[in-house]
Amino acid sequence: MKYIDEFRDGELATGLAAAIRQAADPARRYHFMEFCGGHTHAISRYGVSDLLPDNVRMIHGPGCPVCVLPIGRVDMAIRLALEAGVTLCTYGDTLRVPASDGLSLFKAKARGGDVRMVYSSADAVALAQKHPEKQVVFFAIGFETTTPPTAVAIRQAQALGLKNFSVLCCHVLTPSAISNILESPEVRQFGTVPLDGFIGPAHVSTIIGSRPYEFFAEEYRKPVVIAGFEPLDVMQAVLMLVKQVNAGRAVVENEFSRAVTRDGNLKAQNLVAEVFELRRQFEWRGLGLVPYSGLRIRKEFAAFDAERRFAVDYRSVPDNKACECGAILRGVKKPQDCKIFGTVCTPENPVGSCMVSSEGACAAHYTYGRYKDSTGVPA
Amino acid sequence: MCLAIPCRVVELRGDEHALIDVAGMRKEISLALVDGVGVGDYVIVHVGYALTRLDPEEAEKTLALFAELGDAALRDAAGGLH
Amino acid sequence: MSEAHQEAGQKGGVRKGYVRPLDLKNGRVDMTHGSGGRAMAQLIEELFACHLGNDYLAQGNDGAVMPAAAFGAGARLVMATDAHVVSPLFFPGGDIGCLSVHGTINDLAVMGATPLYLAASFILEEGFPLADLARLVESMARAARDAGVPVVTGDTKVVEQGKGDGVFITTTGVGVVRDGEDFSGDRARPGDRIIVSGSIGDHGMAIMAQRESLGFSAPIESDTAALHGLVAAMRASGAQIRVLRDPTRGGVATTLNEIARQSGVGMMLQERALPVKQEVAAACEFLGLDPLYVANEGKLLAVVAPEDAEILLAAMRAHPLGQCAALIGSVHEDAQHFVQMTTGFGGRRIVDWLTGEQLPRIC
Repeated sequence: MKYIDEFRDGELATGLAAAIRQAADPARRYHFMEFCGGHTHAISRYGVSDLLPDNVRMIHGPGCPVCVLPIGRVDMAIRLALEAGVTLCTYGDTLRVPASDGLSLFKAKARGGDVRMVYSSADAVALAQKHPEKQVVFFAIGFETTTPPTAVAIRQAQALGLKNFSVLCCHVLTPSAISNILESPEVRQFGTVPLDGFIGPAHVSTIIGSRPYEFFAEEYRKPVVIAGFEPLDVMQAVLMLVKQVNAGRAVVENEFSRAVTRDGNLKAQNLVAEVFELRRQFEWRGLGLVPYSGLRIRKEFAAFDAERRFAVDYRSVPDNKACECGAILRGVKKPQDCKIFGTVCTPENPVGSCMVSSEGACAAHYTYGRYKDSTGVPA
Repeated sequence: MCLAIPCRVVELRGDEHALIDVAGMRKEISLALVDGVGVGDYVIVHVGYALTRLDPEEAEKTLALFAELGDAALRDAAGGLH
Repeated sequence: MSEAHQEAGQKGGVRKGYVRPLDLKNGRVDMTHGSGGRAMAQLIEELFACHLGNDYLAQGNDGAVMPAAAFGAGARLVMATDAHVVSPLFFPGGDIGCLSVHGTINDLAVMGATPLYLAASFILEEGFPLADLARLVESMARAARDAGVPVVTGDTKVVEQGKGDGVFITTTGVGVVRDGEDFSGDRARPGDRIIVSGSIGDHGMAIMAQRESLGFSAPIESDTAALHGLVAAMRASGAQIRVLRDPTRGGVATTLNEIARQSGVGMMLQERALPVKQEVAAACEFLGLDPLYVANEGKLLAVVAPEDAEILLAAMRAHPLGQCAALIGSVHEDAQHFVQMTTGFGGRRIVDWLTGEQLPRIC
């Protein structure tokens, strides 16, 4: 596959691994946070950590929209399906997220709720068009990459004059989450979470551009390197970060130059601005209330806002007391530090957000990295 | 976190849609978020929408850079400079 | 002449011996086809028996009486059963009919048994087109004939519209295995090699490609096939085969984890050695799926003594269903029974049990 396979080449990996080893100062440790769940996934799936020197470590960040989706939001979707009798369309990722009362969207479907998995927001619109007798609600989650597709869907529904299509908007913003981490006491004041830099999200950046990260680099003096999703991209970004740290620099660099520009996709940005506006605050699972971090649908498109159309309001649901997801999402603790990791909380039976999606730090460690804690040694 | 892959545009269709191809796998996707995409271009596709065009020149440059940095490091290591 | 024909001939005003044949072109299954009466008898005669035809079915009894052939001292019976609920019913490379024949034959074959007979029970949904049913039964018949394993007895039930998915088929198979020749999942030992008979993920992705809601088209065909011939060739090579299993639902990853657990060992795979067709890899990339977890219906995994790996590989590659057979890993000691993999990139990862169901994802 073009532009995919070349960026997974094992030989080039050996070269970059050597370059990182040479660049890294043996007298210090480097800690970089990959913000984005896609990077967490790539690192785990390809075993990138094995190719990094021991003093260069990755910290998994909160860039997994499913992981940071509060239980209360999933509850709203479930209530819409079971109580309001809507046809609830959702991406596959949310189906198994455990919500209140032992339910999930998957289980709601088993109870008779009309819950449908869709690949695209356009499919939800098509469904509404095909079935004017059904009330179709699209459960819109995701960061800035996934928001423009929702905006297009709403505009499309408007153009078609659909009366039976609405969106439950749970879109969130990346820069706000990064701020939240950098503002956390462990990072800002205590320095107990050594954070030397960020690997910036790949596809979010194709939309928002590299400009928004410049603030973090300046304000917090942390370098940011935007990286593509392939493992070679990640390694190159690590190399660039190591070099910046060594040189005492803190600027935004773009490794993913084949798809990201400084301005980003203006057409998509404008479309999003037309349909959505900022919520004053939004609750993130594990991070609590984060100001100006979530979107809601503008008045002009109120007809397509499920929160206005249906009597569902948001009720905050606290996480299990033993759950350390908050600390893990902020990079303060590791999955292995959580008392219930791998015992009560497993991918089959996820208790907290980090285990729910295959990209959550706990799920990734459980699925791909757990063997490292074991004593089994291959022949 | 956003699963998106580079796909080749093989056919432009009405209403801002296109047919893309990845190693024989074909799908119709929306071009509503991009401008000026033509047949033969590569676009990054996420949930059925093209997010941006992929710049082939930048892609080549990036790969070349990987190779250059890697080779230099391996030469240094072999030459016992560290 | 069947009962249906005889009775019809006796009614006044109806031409003797005439029964309106099934409308295989436009007719549909209705509740009477399952009620045990004339309509069902006609369905069986004109559709099932007609295609699957063999002496056992022709006896028309509730059960088939087969000779217990003498296979030598210590020969044992092996029985296996499988329900087939695949949707869509027709897919590139096959359909639920031939799939149901292959699936049960394969279950017997990987036990080391020579498959002998099959039984097939159908649950039909009211309204299901007879033309489609005829196609499925023809496909089953062809699969059974090609495999040399007849369907000797069967059953039909009809459920109300909305309570079935068109057709569900359950097949049960009986085979015989000679003493000392059976394979078992707990026989893998450290040092053994792991071989797969061909490309992985074909069937599952062929099915996915058909699901309208995902809307993509790919030239991927299901690999559904009866593997007993391949197994016979593998056995004839003389290689010391420890375990044989077909990686159906849950894919290669799940099957290897099962074997690792049963045998109390660990495994190490080489990603570069895994045979995956380009289109399958692309479709998986697109949907965020991993070919290691995607179903196969015409492949098998073999764990073999290390000194016989090359012999076995050669024997498999010489057979049409094993041409792309590949050595993909080895077995080692591991108290945790992990299945690990060296990635094509150079790092290592675990290949864990499948969690829930693999669903297309956006993240």
